Amino acid sequence: MSTQQQEPESQESPQDPEMKGTESPQQRRLREKQEGMVEDQAEKETEVEGETVHLKVFRYDPEVADKQEPRFDDFHVPFEKGMTVLDAVMYARDEFDSSLTFRHSCRQAVCGSDAFFVNGKQRLGCKTQISDLQQPVRIEPLPHQEVVKDLVVDMDHFYDQMHAVEPYFQNDDTPDSSDLEEQRQSRENREKVKMSTRCIWCGACMSSCNIAAGDNEYLGPAAINKAYKFAMDDREPEDVKEHRLRILEQEHGVWRCQTQFSCTDVCPKDIPLTEHIQELKREAVKKNLKFW
Amino acid sequence: MYEHDVIVVGAGGAGLRAAIAANEAGADTAIVSKLHPVRSHTGAAEGGINAALQEGDDWELHAYDTMKGSDYLADAPAVETLAQDAPEDTITLEHWGMPFSREDDGRVSQRPFGGLSYPRTTYAGAETGHHLLHTMYEQVVKRGIQVYDEWYVMNLATTDEDDPNDRQCEGVVAYDVQSGTVEGFKANQSVILATGGPGQAFDHTTNAVSCTGDGHAMAYRAGAPLEDMEFIQFHPTSLPSTGVLISEGVRGEGGILYNNEGERFMFEHGYANNSGELASRDVVARAELTEVNEGRGIEDEYVHLDMRHLGEERIMDRLENILHLAEDFEGVDGLIEPMPVKPGQHYAMGGIEVDENGQTCVNGLYAAGECACVSVHGGNRLGGNALPELIVFGKRAGRHAAGEDLGEPEIRTGYGDDVEDEDDTELPVAPGAAGLDSSDAVADGGVAAETGTLERAVERERERVDRLMERDEGVQHAEIRAKLQKAMTDYVNVFRTEDGIKKALKIIRECREEYQNVYVDDPSRTFNTDLQHTIETRNLIDVAETIALGALVRNEFRGAHWRQENQIRDDENWLKHTLVSWDDGAPDIFYRPVILEGQDKTYEPKVRSY
Repeated sequence: MSTQQQEPESQESPQDPEMKGTESPQQRRLREKQEGMVEDQAEKETEVEGETVHLKVFRYDPEVADKQEPRFDDFHVPFEKGMTVLDAVMYARDEFDSSLTFRHSCRQAVCGSDAFFVNGKQRLGCKTQISDLQQPVRIEPLPHQEVVKDLVVDMDHFYDQMHAVEPYFQNDDTPDSSDLEEQRQSRENREKVKMSTRCIWCGACMSSCNIAAGDNEYLGPAAINKAYKFAMDDREPEDVKEHRLRILEQEHGVWRCQTQFSCTDVCPKDIPLTEHIQELKREAVKKNLKFW
Repeated sequence: MYEHDVIVVGAGGAGLRAAIAANEAGADTAIVSKLHPVRSHTGAAEGGINAALQEGDDWELHAYDTMKGSDYLADAPAVETLAQDAPEDTITLEHWGMPFSREDDGRVSQRPFGGLSYPRTTYAGAETGHHLLHTMYEQVVKRGIQVYDEWYVMNLATTDEDDPNDRQCEGVVAYDVQSGTVEGFKANQSVILATGGPGQAFDHTTNAVSCTGDGHAMAYRAGAPLEDMEFIQFHPTSLPSTGVLISEGVRGEGGILYNNEGERFMFEHGYANNSGELASRDVVARAELTEVNEGRGIEDEYVHLDMRHLGEERIMDRLENILHLAEDFEGVDGLIEPMPVKPGQHYAMGGIEVDENGQTCVNGLYAAGECACVSVHGGNRLGGNALPELIVFGKRAGRHAAGEDLGEPEIRTGYGDDVEDEDDTELPVAPGAAGLDSSDAVADGGVAAETGTLERAVERERERVDRLMERDEGVQHAEIRAKLQKAMTDYVNVFRTEDGIKKALKIIRECREEYQNVYVDDPSRTFNTDLQHTIETRNLIDVAETIALGALVRNEFRGAHWRQENQIRDDENWLKHTLVSWDDGAPDIFYRPVILEGQDKTYEPKVRSY
């Protein structure tokens, strides 16, 4: 189903009653997808004038015969100033192939849905300008995660790791909220945790990490950063902080990190992930916790 | 079949807060959401949370500002509840660890915002919504509340009594996006809709692509009226190619708007001789579009917002994130060139009609957040009032849905003896399902027998999915959606005329007819977003129609709603809410008087000037 391969005969085949009399439309489409002859993108594409962007997009669907073996489809979409990778795949989906599947929602780098592997690097589709990329633009799902379909990966493992660090504020001794009394926090302390709070759970860091790729139990940069946010927040009491460090210094915790900075490099929110992990290692040493 | 006491649909700010409250009230609570909670659009809110926390401020001032900002179309009991509950509910977020910005003494910071008489907007950097969303999701994880994420709720299971006020919502039908399985979710006590805004009814919006008005459409078809849908806030500075919002802060710092002739049109063309670029959102949005309509726009589409004269130092200090937004989403460097901006749909003041406890007229059915209309925003929402609405009314809905007694509400819902029927306005086409083959007008409020309501609803939705998947040819949803969005932006936008709105209604009717032949091309059951978007498009058609109907009947200029034929606020005739009820496919329009009487005082309508 490349946009390059035009097969005009495919327009005829649905009318052939002889062969396909007994199959349902859904079965027919499944078969046609399998035979790779249903698309007419090439036709549409020739209508497009002016500058176009050449995309090579990863395709896979466990249910559709010719997509069970992963492949790349070519799309040529008209370029507009300001066009992002997300704009380009949305155009390809809406104009050429409505089965092209990817997560996306806010289009402004806060929902964290659309981390893809673009030209060999983990990036947010909505935050990546096409004009900054070499063509053809190669768009793949995040590596090291199971692919559900096309650009959609299974995020369950990522979420499990995020949940494993007790990712919620713990202080049993807060003032009575009906007195409208807040916990005090210094500006400096708020500034210290600021970058860590910007995480949007996109999973780019985890996908880029060699250690996480080899050790499935490694908490990974995002979860450790989540723990950092709480551990460094002065509003949590000392005993909770110690409890957090014990979670982090376990076998698959902070000591697994080999400071390759790949996570920091790909983070779309510029969070200094590696530095946060290093700082937690130092805290663990200070607390005389064992390390692996 | 899944079964819980309280089912919350949607996992943004209102949904998470409702779930936490229901869980704390002892109910077995589950959240069903088409997105993982942290993907919800609450995360995009920048501004802050209005709450009268400081000495010198008090809830009565907050209530007064909100009533005035609403252009006297908000209900005082709702507004006073918001203002009274917001302080404690905001402090609760702090106790949950939300990283608020701080003062030197360690207390949470508050800043001034448009339309407020006191600096009461509590904030966490310029990403308050992100922190609000994540902090509440952390509390959901802590409490072990069950989350069914990437389950798309397709419809409600509601009993079929003639009068919606007698109906009971017994659960929801949802479809697992990952596997394509359709399942029932039985709600032993109640269902709370917290599905956010309907911004995708317009083709240029600051809203996420997920904001498709699903809850609005489902509640509407189940018999709960939609209220004040014509009131849509358009933000004057969104980026043209994506709709990404450029904060009001740029103009607050001194940013200037220019047309294609380099004129500072806010002054030079007399739109706002006193406040210029800092006039209220609706005034600036109308000015920009007038410039474009009169041929003074750039590329006939937008105007320029220039902040270069502020200097790099000041920009980097206060507006750094704006540089990133312009660069990342428009490819423009705000330090060396002006930024293109145009008005974008931003917020829906109206929604599913509910009382102060979040309850609709359908028993067991609640709504909270942007999808609901209590109403606290009336004709115009003040900046910083959306987030407190989520936490205050999310919490109240959760508690009440779980059986807590919050007292008798003062706001009435549904058709009753206090409403006034609309029978004067001539409609250009029949709205609703009227005349369409009912087997194709799927999910039309479809009400089943007394027993097995949920089972039958599940069966109906399975058939609906099969039908969409089996259908072989016709039109694809993207085409219908684009046509609908364009009609809304062309004719039900900032400027509204009777003729234009009627054109929109005709096009909406065409969309509804074309939808009879919609088909899903993707044959796979695995993560079929084509199918999901097709169902969403049906919801958008219903919601867009209610917006246009409201805009047509309300012949006055109030808050964000402007009508060419009557450019004044007409208090004599229009101190009332517009309600549209699906009425089994033949929409019915009626009005309910606004409540201006608060607990201690009456909010007399005054001129809304700042």
